[in-house]
Amino acid sequence: MTITDSPVVNGVNVEALLGAREALSAAPEAAEFTWRASCTWRNGTHSRSTVTGFTGLGAEQQHRVTYEFDVDHPECFASEDNGATPVEFVLVGLVGCLTAGVAAVAQFRGIQLRSVTATIEGQMNVLGILGADPDIRNGFENVTVRFTIDSDASRDDLEALVAQAQKRSAVFDIVTSPTKVLVELT
Amino acid sequence: MMKTTAVVVGAGHAGLAMSRRLTERSIDHVVLERGEVANSWRTQRWPSLRLLTPNWQTRLPGHDYAGDDPAGFMPVADVVATLTRYARLVDAPVRTATAVRTVRAVPQGFEIQANDDLLRAKTVVVATGACNLPAIPGIADALPPSVTTTTPLTYRDPGQLPDGGVLVVGASATGVQLADQIHRSGRPVTLSAGEHVRLPRTYRGRDIFWWLEATGLLAERYDEIDDLTRARHLPSPQLTGTSEATMTDLNALAALGIRIVGRLGRITDGMAQFSGSLANTCALADLKMNRFLNRADEWATASGLDDELPPPHRFPPTHVDPHSPLQLDLRSGEITTVLWATGFRPDHSWLDIPVRDRTGHLRHDGGVVTGVPGLYVLGMPVLRTRASTYIHGAGTDSEALADHLNSFLSSRRR
Repeated sequence: MTITDSPVVNGVNVEALLGAREALSAAPEAAEFTWRASCTWRNGTHSRSTVTGFTGLGAEQQHRVTYEFDVDHPECFASEDNGATPVEFVLVGLVGCLTAGVAAVAQFRGIQLRSVTATIEGQMNVLGILGADPDIRNGFENVTVRFTIDSDASRDDLEALVAQAQKRSAVFDIVTSPTKVLVELT
Repeated sequence: MMKTTAVVVGAGHAGLAMSRRLTERSIDHVVLERGEVANSWRTQRWPSLRLLTPNWQTRLPGHDYAGDDPAGFMPVADVVATLTRYARLVDAPVRTATAVRTVRAVPQGFEIQANDDLLRAKTVVVATGACNLPAIPGIADALPPSVTTTTPLTYRDPGQLPDGGVLVVGASATGVQLADQIHRSGRPVTLSAGEHVRLPRTYRGRDIFWWLEATGLLAERYDEIDDLTRARHLPSPQLTGTSEATMTDLNALAALGIRIVGRLGRITDGMAQFSGSLANTCALADLKMNRFLNRADEWATASGLDDELPPPHRFPPTHVDPHSPLQLDLRSGEITTVLWATGFRPDHSWLDIPVRDRTGHLRHDGGVVTGVPGLYVLGMPVLRTRASTYIHGAGTDSEALADHLNSFLSSRRR
């Protein structure tokens, strides 16, 4: 663990997070969150999803603004490429979650970060989604994330930081562990 | 109706240690035991099990190991013999074959129904152990009926299992020991490993429990531990009670041919699905092991022991097979048995007093049960220190709780 002389500022309010952990352990119903998005088909493979509200802390919550995401397929799939592909959104979600975790854990452990960059790749054989080979799965065969972290902390501390960020990541869990998914027609 | 000052429920190591402490303080008491002394060790442990702690460490109040193999590890039969001898040594007032049905809070104390008798006591000490029931995850309900299931409480030896592959779920001491034993019986084992604790049996020529004790780790108090909930739920370390093998970690098991897969997440339509986070789970276990070895080395240097101990070294990182499967068809016939080595939980269902939190755990502050003056619990993981998890931890725990109980009785008399 690296203890720096000047206060560590990674922009993460650790006290608030620890306070939330304590408060929510005492009031477990407030810890039940529901995250939502809604999606409207535009044309072809293009759709637009919006994210605005979610439920948590025992009440309905709102993002500061409504966020919009165009989802499409690239031109080499004979689409118009009006946005990132759905699988790229998964990668964005995973790497964003891990990066947030790196910052939060670093703050908690007193590690000052100067910069954090990451690349993420997901390998996929599209014969799976094309239905051309039943032995090939639709989803990623492998996902690889590479972090580059500029900090005075030791290599061991940074490895522990990245490991802990995975352990506490919602999206890492979502991607690595099976999740029950129900799709209904209303 | 019989009246006594204290009722101790359970005549295992914790209950017997408490009996000795009460006798030292001239506190009138009785120890109620559903079976015989060391009942769980007699009836709920597989016979080839040995303690994780070396013999020299297996000490009880007023009783140190006096045998000729201090560095060895006691088999279950010797644990039973030791506790039986200890019960006689401390002259514990044990009533065997006396099952406690209910304990109720009444004015001035507790009413205990044991067999068909009613007892009154001013105080009750719960010493029934932490491992009464197997903690089986809900996903077990989705197992195909063709698969045999077993738990460490009913498992005896590989011969009782059908031929064929065995899926051992859980990589604690229990999981790795049984995976090893079953695989050697010719039944190919797949081991599903979630979060686990990797430690070497020996390091720099000394047993790991020597290091855990010498560095002060086992003496860390419950109220000084950052994340007590986590500490109390940590899986047991991947150790076996034998000095023959340095490691019974995932590398050692993989070298035997055991297939290591990630945490069992779900069973859907007969398919067991494992987490893809195995690499990180193993990385975390390696980091934590090395963190402790760093602490051990720093302590050895600070204590001036570097000259008499072999030099520090590190163990190879856990190798994770990049091709380890993410799912397994439990209907294919490849796996005939699933063994749930997913931990244990205590059975306090006979306590007819609202003492449990929303997750079903007994609420207590270092063994002093919250909100019920005169009620104590003993023999639980990290009850008062990290040593509480092991037999010798009952020594200091029973002393502190007997003192508390004694003060409680004095305050009642005033």
